[in-house]
Amino acid sequence: MTRLINLRPSRRGRILAGAVPILVLCLVYGVAAALRHADNPADKVLPTVGAMATALWHMGATIDPVTGQVTLLADTLASLTRLGAGLALATLSALVIGLLLGVMPLARAIFGPMIMVIAVIPPIAVLPILFIALGLGEAAKIALIAIGIAPYMTRDLASYVSGLPAEQFIKAETLGANSWAVAIRVALPQMMPRLIESLRLSMGPAWVFLIAAEAIASDVGLGYRIFLVRRYLAMDIILPYVAWISLLAIAADALLQMISRRAFPWARGDAR
Amino acid sequence: MTDAPLLELRNVWVEYGDKVVLERVNLAIPEGAFISVVGPSGAGKSTFLRLILGQEAPSRGKILLDGAPMRAECGPDRGVVFQRYSVFPHLTVIGNVLFGLECAAAPILGRLFGARRRTALAEADAMLDAVGLSHARDQYPAQLSGGMQQRLALAQALVKHPRVLLLDEPFGALDPGIRVDMHDLVTRLWREHGLTVVMVTHDIAEAFKLGTRVLAFDKRRHDPHAPHRYGATATYDVPLLRKAAAAPDAKSA
Repeated sequence: MTRLINLRPSRRGRILAGAVPILVLCLVYGVAAALRHADNPADKVLPTVGAMATALWHMGATIDPVTGQVTLLADTLASLTRLGAGLALATLSALVIGLLLGVMPLARAIFGPMIMVIAVIPPIAVLPILFIALGLGEAAKIALIAIGIAPYMTRDLASYVSGLPAEQFIKAETLGANSWAVAIRVALPQMMPRLIESLRLSMGPAWVFLIAAEAIASDVGLGYRIFLVRRYLAMDIILPYVAWISLLAIAADALLQMISRRAFPWARGDAR
Repeated sequence: MTDAPLLELRNVWVEYGDKVVLERVNLAIPEGAFISVVGPSGAGKSTFLRLILGQEAPSRGKILLDGAPMRAECGPDRGVVFQRYSVFPHLTVIGNVLFGLECAAAPILGRLFGARRRTALAEADAMLDAVGLSHARDQYPAQLSGGMQQRLALAQALVKHPRVLLLDEPFGALDPGIRVDMHDLVTRLWREHGLTVVMVTHDIAEAFKLGTRVLAFDKRRHDPHAPHRYGATATYDVPLLRKAAAAPDAKSA
């Protein structure tokens, strides 16, 4: 008999198999919501799909008379700007410092311990410091995201670069490459796919830091909105917002994966 | 033969702590020689190669290249082909050969442009042609077979015209048929370019087939209670006179 570990579903089978648990989850929610509403038509904890659609229409397709903006759009734009700036800052610093630490044992000896110390500090614990130092504006939120993920990315990239086969560095040296040429022509291109991989893994924590910062001090943003409407038990707004955030996260991940595949064709085919 | 040897080792020792790897190695390698190095595992063959490569410094003794003490750092006067990881996976075949030319000519950007790039490309293409890889010019190493990757590694090293070419079990991972092709290629390149080659190998037949001189590394003495206290040295040094006559003449080259 075929062992369980050898059963491999086809492409269509995989999509079908993957959809079943999600559909079951939706169905369970629908039934639970209907049951609660049969008991109490004013129930707010498990809003019906219709109620959520109405709330979403209200938030995402009508202009708010107070701010003069479409709320969902304004929130999304504000959050993505902060997230993008934080990720860009973290990626850039991780790229430069990771490359330096990976290529130069001397730099690793000097900065390695310091980065390790920074990496073990829980980023949310320094959020008050950031608010005091940088004010309640955008800078503190962007800094939290950057500080939260940059140390991990830096260490990941540094260890990846220093783990590249020593033969390649030796070969480059025998071909007349100086330290700079080894860094930018041998190490840098080879660490780029890993950088994107590292960024993909950091997206989850980055969202956590964004929403935490927005929840504490903000006047617009996806995290701000969720924590604002929580006061009114507005589950009909919270749930669509959460779904929207996960949709954005999935899209960002797919985009990064596509960039990696397109930009680094040499990294795909493994050696024969 | 030439008056001064190209590469000379004088009473070279390599010790790690109290472990002696190589002891009293005295060698003179003339220009144009093809030295094969054989010996059992752990007899210091690879250490010997790392010494000449400059990856490691001797703990005692001297290494002279062209009569001058050699710096313990790899440089463009010594080319190398390893058994694996010799080519850059992120560069195409032509990019791999171009690398050495670009590094020398463009220290800041590491890349060449315009007429200088065309000159370098022509040189790289000629080198690819010499190793028979022109058809794979724009492929990435991952798309090549093991033999083709080693051909590329050779082209990449030779385009810099190194004084000494070091081969570290270059054909160890290849199929027997491919290996014979590679033997022909290396012999041809050695003759045409007037190279000085030091090759470490496990295959004794290969060592005798290719070399003009075979060095066997082993321990002369053995202490059963402290086996690490005696190092290895070149116990046999066999010149193959028949081959030496056919060697490229350094003076006329």
